Amino acid sequence: MLKTGTERVKRGMAEMQKGGVIMDVINAEQARIAEEAGAVAVMALERVPSDIRAAGGVARMADPTIVEEVLNAVSIPVMAKARIGHIVEARVLEAMGVDYIDESEVLTPADEVFHLLKSDYTVPFVCGARDLGEASRRIGEGASMLRTKGEPGTGNIVEAVRHMRMIQGQIRKVVAMSEDELMTEAKNLGAPFEVLLQIKKAGKLPVVNFAAGGIATPADAALMMQLGADGVFVGSGIFKSENPEKFARAIVEATTHYQDYKLIAELSKGLGTPMKGIEISTLAQGERMQERGW
Amino acid sequence: MLKIGVLALQGAIQEHVKAIEASGAQALGVKRVEELEELDGLVMPGGESTAMRRLIDRYQFLEPLKEFAKNKPVFGTCAGLILMAKRIQGQDTAHLELIDMTVERNAFGRQVDSFEADLMIHGVGEDFTGVFIRAPFIVEVGPEVEILSKHNDRIVAAKQGHFLCAAFHPELTDDYRLHQFFVKMVQANKEVVA
Repeated sequence: MLKTGTERVKRGMAEMQKGGVIMDVINAEQARIAEEAGAVAVMALERVPSDIRAAGGVARMADPTIVEEVLNAVSIPVMAKARIGHIVEARVLEAMGVDYIDESEVLTPADEVFHLLKSDYTVPFVCGARDLGEASRRIGEGASMLRTKGEPGTGNIVEAVRHMRMIQGQIRKVVAMSEDELMTEAKNLGAPFEVLLQIKKAGKLPVVNFAAGGIATPADAALMMQLGADGVFVGSGIFKSENPEKFARAIVEATTHYQDYKLIAELSKGLGTPMKGIEISTLAQGERMQERGW
Repeated sequence: MLKIGVLALQGAIQEHVKAIEASGAQALGVKRVEELEELDGLVMPGGESTAMRRLIDRYQFLEPLKEFAKNKPVFGTCAGLILMAKRIQGQDTAHLELIDMTVERNAFGRQVDSFEADLMIHGVGEDFTGVFIRAPFIVEVGPEVEILSKHNDRIVAAKQGHFLCAAFHPELTDDYRLHQFFVKMVQANKEVVA
């Protein structure tokens, strides 16, 4: 008996990405550069987050032409973003054969109350989270992979660090609690009890958790690995840098050897100016993508 | 105790470490060439074979791995199987070229086609759950290669001398029979060498 779309197959796909870098690309050429540099997957987009930020207006699923172009260009997995709660964008991407869908706050939400019921799909989903409550709700809905939300398109690591520290700290707390304290913790976090129970028993999240949102240098990538990320997403950082090939390779190596500081020093030499970046406190509430989703 | 390494450049490393330890051997992640020295055997995990190959080249792992494989057992799953093949369909070059076989990458389709299926593995057992994720399969094998398992007439596990490979992911299940099989291969090899 052959079964597709099982929890194990969907979560397992993310397990295979561990220790790797997933890169945002907007065309076939960038996708090839990413693959050549050692990316474990690419995220096909119409615009990288920093350009979405600059352009303003409503950000939607990419033009299927771009997604198709990227699917045909590389042999590594291809991910694409659908708006939060946009059932049809997600189904369209699934029908196109995309390997993973990011139900993403980088795009303008289509539903301000409900996220997708991700367990309904054959294709696996990755979702952003700022804390364990949000992470557990997404797992409850069927997300097969998580990532920190960070603050996309800013080139500022501070929010990704905050979210990773928060999630790891809350996991440690849940693991240390006795089982009869978990229901109250579930209520406080707004987390499904069953998911917390699983976390307590396993001592870790039941799905892979990557870092995303603001990684701009090899040292940023290594920092997130040290804080417990299973891998990293790099969005605007690579193709907004002066030498994308070199930059992409440096990020990949720094992620693998995140505790080899001599190597990271070598990798960081002469990379040119990284993206300028944005100080978070200068962003108005409405400009903070991490506030999208619930 | 036997020491078995897991190539730890990228991929599902912890799962193999757990499975090896549950099979009674010591497991070590291998990120550097010099870490190969003390090992009795090596697992090449699942992950992205293109990404792994880039890192193998960047850190001059290719020749030391080939040298290691001359007299030590190697077990590759999914991407690891691709790294071990002598020939890859549609590509002019292969990687470690350890097993006399031709493989096709992503041969069952994209992620939406990834699946679980029950397998019979010769010498290992029945009712083995094969987890296939964007998996390759073995198109053809040379005379020295023993076919261990097929799914719908496609070869998904094989053995050649002290090399073992699987297109699926035994490390994603709690069934450690295939890892135990490999640990026995490592044990037997060590006894012969000693």
